[in-house]
Amino acid sequence: MRREAPQKLGDYGPLFFPAMMLIVFFVVPFATMIAVSFFQRQQGGFYVPAFELANYQRFLSLFFANVLGFSLMLAVTVAICCVVLAVPFTYLLTRMARKVQIIWLVALLSVLSLSEVIIGFAWSTLFSRTAGITNLLVMAGIMSEAKALLPSFGAVLTGMVYQAFPYTVLVLYPALVRLDPTLTEAARTLGASPIKAFFTVVIPALRNTITATLIMVFIFALGSYLLPQLLGRPQHWTLSVLITDQAIYQSNMPFAAAMAVFLVLVTLGLVALTVLAGRKGEAA
Amino acid sequence: MTGALSKVYFFLIGLFLAAPMIVVAGVSVNARQTLAFPPKGFSLSWYGEIFLNPEWRNALFASLTLAVLSAALAVAIALPLAWFLWRRVAPWANIFQLLGIAPFTLPPVITALGLLTFWATTGFYGQPWTAVVSHAIFFVTLPLVTLSLGFTAIDRSLVEAAATMGADDRTIFRTVVLPLILPYIVSGYAFAFVLSLNEYIIAYMTVGFTMETLPIKIFNALRYGYTPTMASVTILFVATAAVIFSLVARFGDLPKLLGAMSSDDT
Repeated sequence: MRREAPQKLGDYGPLFFPAMMLIVFFVVPFATMIAVSFFQRQQGGFYVPAFELANYQRFLSLFFANVLGFSLMLAVTVAICCVVLAVPFTYLLTRMARKVQIIWLVALLSVLSLSEVIIGFAWSTLFSRTAGITNLLVMAGIMSEAKALLPSFGAVLTGMVYQAFPYTVLVLYPALVRLDPTLTEAARTLGASPIKAFFTVVIPALRNTITATLIMVFIFALGSYLLPQLLGRPQHWTLSVLITDQAIYQSNMPFAAAMAVFLVLVTLGLVALTVLAGRKGEAA
Repeated sequence: MTGALSKVYFFLIGLFLAAPMIVVAGVSVNARQTLAFPPKGFSLSWYGEIFLNPEWRNALFASLTLAVLSAALAVAIALPLAWFLWRRVAPWANIFQLLGIAPFTLPPVITALGLLTFWATTGFYGQPWTAVVSHAIFFVTLPLVTLSLGFTAIDRSLVEAAATMGADDRTIFRTVVLPLILPYIVSGYAFAFVLSLNEYIIAYMTVGFTMETLPIKIFNALRYGYTPTMASVTILFVATAAVIFSLVARFGDLPKLLGAMSSDDT
């Protein structure tokens, strides 16, 4: 059956329920949040309709500028670590037998679906003094005494790379699995070593995919809110942590909303960059 | 890359992915109340605790109910939308597809805060059903993506044949489209179910103070120190996810769902 334009009003029937749900429970809440970001806060956790920029001004003050800077730096670091680890991994994975691929994909999906709470709990156990990895080092005689490896920046970074790695692989997977194998075969026939073929043929062919992946993992990492709290010190808190904190514990919804709107703008800017990178890739 | 090198690389990545779970699994069978690894003694009592302790049991029940209902609602939103986009030429309708994907693409705290302001403004804040709606909206992306993929895989000449024989839209959907799309409905549901089971921030910000799901319970318990029950819950969650995704892989084409060509092509 060919696709047809809707003839009568009844043809729009199937669209009614999804459209209503998405408008009422996504578009309206989103608009509410934007409106609240301009509202004036009242004592005791309430707010009244107003139009003021105080929430945005406060956000741009030095303390929050530092938090934003740290959040961006952390997300960039996570994105780079993940892509560097995941590109060769995913490439090799797509060259394996389908059965082996499925086992890895199930494992990656299982880790991906884990809540941040669980990832945070698991890594804080692994880094703890009583039940941590250092106990194994002591048993092996490498260390004299078990010690705690957290809270620290390293712990936050490890936890976040753990959380984002499966995501990175699954974002790269479609592009890599469809990569023409004759590309590398040609390079191999011409005498390139497998590693050389990977760096001179595969990586350049995937340049746009890698850029897009970097940006998507960056956005994903920007959304992390619990791992910095569970594995780091207060100076490792990210914008997402502050938004939750302001909304729930400080009951300052207008300020939380202003920060969230700012985060959306940053994210949308990056999505636009991804689309642009994709367009350029198609043109090239 | 040479075989041995790639084997070492895969082993290290596998170790990285498994290490926290190995330690947590060790802690979960510890015989004592304290957290210790390597475990001292062996006991499965912390697994029993999930079902025997009313607090953990209620949290488990809340999480399961939320996941079952919100995944069903997510599919109910995604199926007619994906079907409409496949059946009709209405370019502006694509905007709803974008809206369906947006909540999942933005940092989750944004969707969570939007819904929090919305429920607070409308006066429904704290009602358990708001968590179901919130999760459904957040996870509608997953069935939407699997279903869109499923519809593109349907051979339009099959549907054409049914139409020539005089079947109307409703009959075609029930007899031709639905059987073909069913595996994608199931996998979309499975993805939404597993992720909803593990979701923390949306539930926390919308009903966190009136309803305790398992992730919220774990987080609240973390503040007062560790109990081995957290470890057993964690292992239960990983095992559930692994079993469900294995079933999806067993009865569907997992690589294809994740973007590979179908197995017949390779």
